[in-house]
Amino acid sequence: MAHIQLKNISKTFGNHTALTGLDLDIADGEFFVLLGETGAGKTTTLRLIAGLEKPSEGQVFIDGVDVADWGAAERDVALVLQQYSLYPRYTVRENLEFPLKPKIRRLPDAEIKDRVDRAARTLRIEHLLDRKTDRLSGGEMQRVSIGRAIVRKPRVFLMDEPLSALDAKLREALRTELKNLQIQLGATFLFVTHDQIEAMSMGDKVGVLNHGRIVQTGTPHEIYNNPRDTYVASFVGSPPMNLIDGRLVNGRAVMAPLNFELPFSGGAKTSAATDGRPLVFGIRPEDVYLESGAPVEARVHDVENHGVEKILTLRVGDTTLRATVPARTDVAIEQPVRFAWNPDKVVLFDKGSGVSLRHAS
Amino acid sequence: MAAVRTSSEIGFNRIAIVAVLVVTIIFLAPIYWIASTAFKPRNLATTIPPTVVFQPEISPFVKLFTKRSQMRSPPSPEEYAAAPWWERVVFDGGEKIVRDGKDQVQWSGYPSRFLNSLIIAITSTVLAVGMGTFTAYGFSRFKVKGEADLLFFILSTRMLPPVVVAIPMFLMYRAVGLNDSHIGLIILYTAFNLSFSVWLMKGFMDEIPKEYEEAALVDGYTRMEAFFKIVLPEAATGIAATAVFCFITAWNEYAFALIMTNRRAQTAPPFIPSQVGSGLPDWTVIAAGTFLFLLPVAIFTFLLRNHLLRGMSFGAIRK
Repeated sequence: MAHIQLKNISKTFGNHTALTGLDLDIADGEFFVLLGETGAGKTTTLRLIAGLEKPSEGQVFIDGVDVADWGAAERDVALVLQQYSLYPRYTVRENLEFPLKPKIRRLPDAEIKDRVDRAARTLRIEHLLDRKTDRLSGGEMQRVSIGRAIVRKPRVFLMDEPLSALDAKLREALRTELKNLQIQLGATFLFVTHDQIEAMSMGDKVGVLNHGRIVQTGTPHEIYNNPRDTYVASFVGSPPMNLIDGRLVNGRAVMAPLNFELPFSGGAKTSAATDGRPLVFGIRPEDVYLESGAPVEARVHDVENHGVEKILTLRVGDTTLRATVPARTDVAIEQPVRFAWNPDKVVLFDKGSGVSLRHAS
Repeated sequence: MAAVRTSSEIGFNRIAIVAVLVVTIIFLAPIYWIASTAFKPRNLATTIPPTVVFQPEISPFVKLFTKRSQMRSPPSPEEYAAAPWWERVVFDGGEKIVRDGKDQVQWSGYPSRFLNSLIIAITSTVLAVGMGTFTAYGFSRFKVKGEADLLFFILSTRMLPPVVVAIPMFLMYRAVGLNDSHIGLIILYTAFNLSFSVWLMKGFMDEIPKEYEEAALVDGYTRMEAFFKIVLPEAATGIAATAVFCFITAWNEYAFALIMTNRRAQTAPPFIPSQVGSGLPDWTVIAAGTFLFLLPVAIFTFLLRNHLLRGMSFGAIRK
């Protein structure tokens, strides 16, 4: 088990900059999720920790030791990839034994058998042990590759989108299993994904990566409710946070150039200085509600029925915003409705920089 | 989809089958010709029209492996009766087998030439494919400075017909004493095949996901171990395909073998036609020599056929 630290990491590939000034701190036994879009630098970060790439600048520490000169073999980390992570031609058992047989940490045969059997039991793949890997389903393959990681009892588990290639049902099941496994092993996990639902549901901590920089690190709750900037606000959440341009005038949110205003209960940080300044108002769809006496009139532009709830797209002028309402709400397209927001939940962003006023100092 | 076939599909299928048959016959005809001539009596070898039905004989092979001389008169009946069967078939052709002072049968030049061919072709194939595999792995996996230029340079060695450099090579070889030596031809054939082997293997190496080795590296293996345990078994198909091509090239090479060797290290290709020139050509013996010469390539290709079918399709089919 280990504590991972990245200090001021930069990585360039030729002219392409993958990471710039990246700092990351993953506590021992933590389930850390690195969330970002394709090309944000998630996989590069993982490979730097695994020792498959060398940083152009900065240092990687495992348990406080600078591992710059350590090869991948010496770092004692386990890597689970989205695909190609099992050796073809080998049976499941041979795949599970493979990490226990290198010269630098060859275990006695009895110990190997014991560990493989235990891992197989944990992941419920005992019946597959003698099967060739090309005769496994996607979910079984991914289980085996997780098994290949856990037999080793490594210091850190690195997972590169291990669930992305699976279908939805299986993904959900394995998500829970992985989380349980991590709790059971008490191991440090670094999990990379572009799927914000995975990040929110599994992570003890989430780091949002954008264009090679960490934008925000925090618990899923912090990331969701208190995004540091408009990028995080629009990336996390499904549907994402509504972002509407406007100004604060006398404690009321005025959505200029649109002609509507909503009440705003300013937090401690909103002072006279914010009055009249161009701002972006962020509000989660679930904090937008329909009410007959509410201050703004809109038309229902679109209705998505999700079973337990409906996601409405409301149109005011030529701006649209999303609202999550209970499924029993009876609305039709083009029907006029009145809506309001929960003023406590509004997040203010600076229009120019996109940074949340709560985070700006 | 496969269960229901329209009449046009069936029609197309029939045309395809006929086309395949015609092409196969065209390709196999010369091989049949050589094989049948190798078993013909000498007087039927050059008949017009060709003799198709005949009593097969083994005499061309006996003649191929032995030194013979013309007889002015047929052997005496006692001499004929005392001779073993393989000598009688030579007597029938008006020749006798040459023996040395101790009555030992004298071998012809063919077996040693055939052995030379085997030694030189196999060794150069192993060297070319081995070095090609390592080189291709390097090019495929590591950042090599000037990679494109280097690869082009390697390819450029095949842009001229090799015979162009035959004279300078001959002079150089004579100066260092490599002419008419096994090692000389092995070096030459390895050099020819290396560029081909590097390019072909690079294609196969690029096909193998590097994730496999990286997983092995993370699992605690060195790059060398990962290469031998993971990459090499995955590349087996490519190695087999490359080896067949290299072997065929080295086995069939004629021009350099003719120029660089004359006796000790001579391979079969220049030897077989050299027999045409001595006296009246015995086409059945030449056919027998050629027929035997075809066999190793056929056997080698047959053994690797499963790998080849997959190898030929390159990246078309994954795994």
